[in-house]
Amino acid sequence: MIEIKNIYKNFNSSKILKGLSLNIADGETKVIIGRSGCGKSVLLKHIMGVLRPESGEIIIDGKNIAKISSKELNKLRMRMAMVFQGGALFDSLTVGENVGFTLYEYSKLGAREIEHRVEESLSNVELCGIQKLLPSELSGGMKKRVAIARALCVNPEIILYDEPTTGVDPITADSINELIRSLHDKLKVTSIVVTHDMKSAYRIADKIAMLYHGKIIAEGSAEEIQQTNHPVVYQFINGLAKGPITETIDKCI
Amino acid sequence: MAKNIISFAHKVGAHIVYYVDYVGALTRLFFKTLYWIFIPPLKGQRIMRQAFIIGVESLPIVSLVAFFIGVILALQTAYQMQKLSSEIYIANIVALSIVRELGPVITSLIVAGRCGAAITAELGTMKVTEQIDALETLAANPIKYLVVPRFLAFTFMVPVLTMYANLVGIIGGYLICVYRLGIRSSMYLNMTFDSLQIKDVTTGLFKTLIFGMIIAMVGCLEGMRTEGGAEGVGKATTLSVVTSFILIIAADCVFTAIFYFIFP
Repeated sequence: MIEIKNIYKNFNSSKILKGLSLNIADGETKVIIGRSGCGKSVLLKHIMGVLRPESGEIIIDGKNIAKISSKELNKLRMRMAMVFQGGALFDSLTVGENVGFTLYEYSKLGAREIEHRVEESLSNVELCGIQKLLPSELSGGMKKRVAIARALCVNPEIILYDEPTTGVDPITADSINELIRSLHDKLKVTSIVVTHDMKSAYRIADKIAMLYHGKIIAEGSAEEIQQTNHPVVYQFINGLAKGPITETIDKCI
Repeated sequence: MAKNIISFAHKVGAHIVYYVDYVGALTRLFFKTLYWIFIPPLKGQRIMRQAFIIGVESLPIVSLVAFFIGVILALQTAYQMQKLSSEIYIANIVALSIVRELGPVITSLIVAGRCGAAITAELGTMKVTEQIDALETLAANPIKYLVVPRFLAFTFMVPVLTMYANLVGIIGGYLICVYRLGIRSSMYLNMTFDSLQIKDVTTGLFKTLIFGMIIAMVGCLEGMRTEGGAEGVGKATTLSVVTSFILIIAADCVFTAIFYFIFP
């Protein structure tokens, strides 16, 4: 269970998160939608403990991650994984070394067993025989899938995805959606997916939450969100150029 | 008028805050790095890889520059010494100047320009492409994984490169004096080794230890503070080289004064 309670985060003078609260149940796939730059990725980095909130709490399985020691935080991180928007693969390492990074660094497994786990993770994302390639030799879609394989390699209980389908072709996007769905169904992995791809959101979400002006303004199942009367959510999910979101920006200008 | 004074004071204050903050960040990174050196495991392979890039790959440029410095120093000294008919002392001046001052400083500046800039660009790119965040999410400490190997490699390799540069510089001076100025080879070598004391070599090498640490710390700090995409990486790299150069020269001045006045 992940509980986010009333968190605030500022970058210089701009307030990004303004009292955000959200709960994610075990085994749930929660999709967080919102406009670019509204703080969705910042929220994921808070959950991973990469960023610390100015105030508020993030509680994972009863532990407030802002208050635990770095050793305990790393223990927690071994049960979690994050897929970054651009993949964030290490340029100087091969695909195989990237995928097996945590196992090579921390596990007592032998090289052959790690190689087997790497191969298994890559085949889960429909990539085989690319262990020796460098990230610079991969296409954008392949990088994303390798990043997902890196996340899967440690058998995490929680996976955070930062815009997993952005910048990939529709077929790859659909296969990523299917993969996220199958991890949910088969392994009961808790997933938090940040996206503004509504097709993907409807396909994978148990619950959708909309982040706007640093807060969650609406939350519900895919059907509930599709039938919403909330003007901001309505404008966003239908991709309308005119509505309360753009009116606020016009007033500011 | 009052507005201008306030604006000027504000600018000066902002600069002071920036430099104090920078020194603080540099000191904090230094102590964090020292801490992580003693937390196992310390992977030798990563240190050796960095040592190879900093040491072995810098050999051609260090050789070239050190050789030319030796030659130039011999010729410039000869210009004055010939007037005094004291050409034989060129060997002493070349050896002492190179071992005590030029070898350490020139080598450190070359390494700062070549390798300090490279690590800032590498870490800066890792920062803006979220690779450093990814390291953290994979339970790897970025200081342990990225800074410690580079710090140890710089601290060890800059003195090694300096010893090599000292040798090449002295050879440069030797070739000019023996083959162009007609000084006997044995005489030149005798004068060189007679003039050099152990203290000259050790003070020079001690300075390079500090210079190596400066290059590593500034390079890593600038890289890990990079923001703003490709432009940010460019700015961080420039700042890294400029800051390293200034700190190396300032540290050289301080240590030379200390060795001169306190440990003569």
